[in-house]
Amino acid sequence: MKTSFQSPQQFFRQRRLRLSVVLIILIGIYVTSMALVNFQTWTSIAKIPAGLIWLFHNFIPTERSISYLGPILYQLWRTLLVSISSTIVASLFALIFAILGAKTTTPSPVFRIVIRFGASLLRNIPVVAWAMILLFSFKQSDFTGFLALFFMTLGYLTRAFTETIEDLDAEKLQALQAVGANYFQCVFCGVLPEAASTLTSWVLYMIENNLRDATLVGLLTGTGVGFLFDYYFKSFRYDAAGLIVLLIAILVILLELTSTQIRRAIA
Amino acid sequence: MIENSQPKPKTIQPVAPQTKHVSLVTRPRKILRGVLAGLAIITIYSLATLNNGNLVFADAFKSLGVNLNAMFLHPGVGQDTFGQLLRALVTSVSLAMLTTLLGAVIAFFIAVGAARNLAPSWLATTIKAVMAFIRAIPTILWVLIYSVVMGLGASAAVVGLTFHSVAYLVKAYSESIEETSQDTIEALKASGVGFWPIVFQAILPSIVPALLSWTFIRFEINFANAVAVGAAAGADDIGYFLFMAGSFYFNFHEVGLIVYLLLAVAIVLELVSMKLRGHYLKHN
Repeated sequence: MKTSFQSPQQFFRQRRLRLSVVLIILIGIYVTSMALVNFQTWTSIAKIPAGLIWLFHNFIPTERSISYLGPILYQLWRTLLVSISSTIVASLFALIFAILGAKTTTPSPVFRIVIRFGASLLRNIPVVAWAMILLFSFKQSDFTGFLALFFMTLGYLTRAFTETIEDLDAEKLQALQAVGANYFQCVFCGVLPEAASTLTSWVLYMIENNLRDATLVGLLTGTGVGFLFDYYFKSFRYDAAGLIVLLIAILVILLELTSTQIRRAIA
Repeated sequence: MIENSQPKPKTIQPVAPQTKHVSLVTRPRKILRGVLAGLAIITIYSLATLNNGNLVFADAFKSLGVNLNAMFLHPGVGQDTFGQLLRALVTSVSLAMLTTLLGAVIAFFIAVGAARNLAPSWLATTIKAVMAFIRAIPTILWVLIYSVVMGLGASAAVVGLTFHSVAYLVKAYSESIEETSQDTIEALKASGVGFWPIVFQAILPSIVPALLSWTFIRFEINFANAVAVGAAAGADDIGYFLFMAGSFYFNFHEVGLIVYLLLAVAIVLELVSMKLRGHYLKHN
């Protein structure tokens, strides 16, 4: 901070003033958005405990819901497969785009601008829009979910990979060029081996993320475990829906733990 | 006399050290290769068994091209007015702001209980486990669950989104709090400073940049989620219009316009986050 204070009193007065201004602005934002959204804070907060009790009352899986376990596990497995495969396929494309688009390895600045722009476009189109556009052309199949996740992941991973490659030491690349390595040798022997573990941990992160998003995509495109949840939920079989929620949570936590282990091992 | 024909005198040759094979393939590399190979096998299996519903891919991609053309090159308002769409967009942004603010305030107080250097370890472990469970369930499911309890509309969306935000932010905040050095806390405790003054006077000022950047990341996530949730919970925001245009009226011109609006917001958010990060990197 550049401001110099004459006395501690002045410092504290200034600080209190700044704090109250920030607080007033935040409260203003809160009240305005509350009015815009038409949300009643207190009545809604008062309903939360009742909601939780209702939740535990109805969503606890019973013996009856065990009979649904077969189809649920099958769809969960399909969803996991789709989220892994869409991430891996997207990561292959993202790697090519990232090498072409990173500042240190780009063959021409034009590529760089085009790839940046394209990745940002893919990333910012909401997954709901992807699901709807694709659903219309590709009908209700696993492939629709796969494509929706693929496009989103492609946007995210291209950006993450580009930044990873740009963060590498430029001097190593220069050293390789100085001893006469050509472009492909630079990329495949210099850049990729060094970036490999960071890139892999990004891929693992995206798999986790995609498993969560796959539920939403499934809900919208009528595939996978998301569709099954919607189906049970709308036919008031809450115990089966609760079983799905529980299984998704377990699967996500397991995946998180596994990928943390892998990340630690390859670092 | 020494003659040339004499046998050479014995010289001691240095023994060349045993050549050791140095492998570039270390253990982490092997694991990395194993993981990648495993993922590749799963992908191939999954692609081979993917249910594609007997699609004719050429036709499907052609129709995708037609739709994308209608979306991006000929955007239009459809049966809603532009004002309605803008109002819905503002609702979405407000929804994201409301849930982020609410989530941030609640999450900070829970995070104090979840930080290992402030709270007893049993409490921290319990809170972290509960939060991990809440986080593992996708936001959309929380919103759907609450829409049954509270009825369709904004309240369910707000509570559902806040729930997930809190769980996410508690993790981020408590990790930031844990980075504060133990010495500071002990020094203050030794001089008799109470618990809350330590939190607000010592810890909070030192982690403000981390908190801000995490909160802003969550704001971006919440905006994306607000759009997704609107489609499911009917919160009357832009996601709802997107859903209606895409799934009921099949009006791709309107979908295109909404996507453009969302892109504009996303670009603004990205610029703000770059500014914010730059500002705090400069000062700290």
